[in-house]
Amino acid sequence: MNDSVPILKIHDITKTYGGNLILDAVSFELAKGEIKILIGPSGGGKSTLLQCINCLAIPDSGTILLEDKQVDFSSKQELYRLRQQVGMIFQDFNLFDHLTALNNITIALRKVKNINKSDAKKRARIELEQVGLGDKEDLYPAQLSGGQKQRVAIARSLAMDPKILMLDEPTSALDPELIGEVIAVIKALAAKGMTMIMATHQISLISGLADEILFMEDGRIVEQGPTSALLAPGKVSKTRGFCNRLKEISDVEE
Amino acid sequence: MPTAFTAVIDSLPYLLQGAFITIAIVGAAMSIGFGIGVCASVGLVYGNTATRKILSLYVWVFRGVPVVVLLFLFYFGLFTYLDLSFSAFTSVTIVLGMTTGAYQANIFRGAILSLPQGQFKAANALGMSHSQAIRSIILPQILRMSIPAWSNEYSIILKDSALAFVIGAPEIMARTQFVASRTYQHLSLYIAAGVIYFFLTWGGVIALRKLEEYLRVPGYSHDGSQS
Repeated sequence: MNDSVPILKIHDITKTYGGNLILDAVSFELAKGEIKILIGPSGGGKSTLLQCINCLAIPDSGTILLEDKQVDFSSKQELYRLRQQVGMIFQDFNLFDHLTALNNITIALRKVKNINKSDAKKRARIELEQVGLGDKEDLYPAQLSGGQKQRVAIARSLAMDPKILMLDEPTSALDPELIGEVIAVIKALAAKGMTMIMATHQISLISGLADEILFMEDGRIVEQGPTSALLAPGKVSKTRGFCNRLKEISDVEE
Repeated sequence: MPTAFTAVIDSLPYLLQGAFITIAIVGAAMSIGFGIGVCASVGLVYGNTATRKILSLYVWVFRGVPVVVLLFLFYFGLFTYLDLSFSAFTSVTIVLGMTTGAYQANIFRGAILSLPQGQFKAANALGMSHSQAIRSIILPQILRMSIPAWSNEYSIILKDSALAFVIGAPEIMARTQFVASRTYQHLSLYIAAGVIYFFLTWGGVIALRKLEEYLRVPGYSHDGSQS
């Protein structure tokens, strides 16, 4: 972990939907190469927080600074640029169903980055190799398993050269036997120093990867700290209680 | 006086020329309707309130008024009032195009709404603008899905095109009526006209079914289920 200038600063982000306060003045900072994990009960605001960071949901108030530059929520061009730099992985993959694995990756390279077709293909093949799907480039999403779809989605995000990768419960929609291949890809990314924010309930990702855990409940970060501190034996914290329950569940599954 | 059989044989080339005019009317109307339908469906789903209100008014009007009324309204009314000297062919093409445009808008709108929202979000998350996402991600999928409903619309517009005879466009129906009134062989001639319409419908529907198969995404069927 690199303690230099934070690459991302989130300050006092608030978001309401239909009168319900979903995010209540959430603030945190993310350093380059750091991995932060969001945990907490469903409905606590984790997904909304991630979607506010790349402005898929525009925050009602608060500021976002990417590399010390404040994001202007009213400028569409600036939002497009922000989203290229902050990749996002979804729980249900959201691959483009009418495109092959390869073209799922090339389409944004060509349309957003204006890279020509053959260069885009070259880049896409490198990314597919990285996630172990070099031989699947011509298959359509409906022909891939859930784990393969999620790996294509990760490759698609990485091809845009994001500075930060956000993952919203990347393994939650997967059958248990397919989770391992996605975890392996995420761990490999971590080993390469990718800056990540991940909402997950996968205990092996939490305890194995997190530099810091943010525990969210009712739209607020109620606990925050280095994994080692929050999960230390004997420590009484919501995070530790929550993780222990997750551990019990995953032990039962195994 | 010609027999029932010779009347049909003798007039067949004349009727078939009418078939080409029918095909031209339907082809042009369906194309206009396609253009209108795509734009209007996108506006109906993604547009602001004013856009949506105007477009749904258009859809309601053209779905709620009989084609023959619209035809008279435009040909004798609006075009005359505006001093536009459109031919019967042009007028019927415009009216049928706008009518099918309203129906096609609803077909495409339904298809857009049936797509999982996540793909649009994912496209935005990659830095695509709304219009890029609509063009590259939404339209290619919903147009594939819409082919069966579109072929239905084709068969309806093909048959509605017979109304063109009331303003004198020289298509199948007008020519059949012309020959029948001269030869008094109404039964055989209208059977002949019916057969021509039937084969035009059949040919078009088969061609669209082939197109649907050709464009089908492997492992994915038009109703969205995975096979």
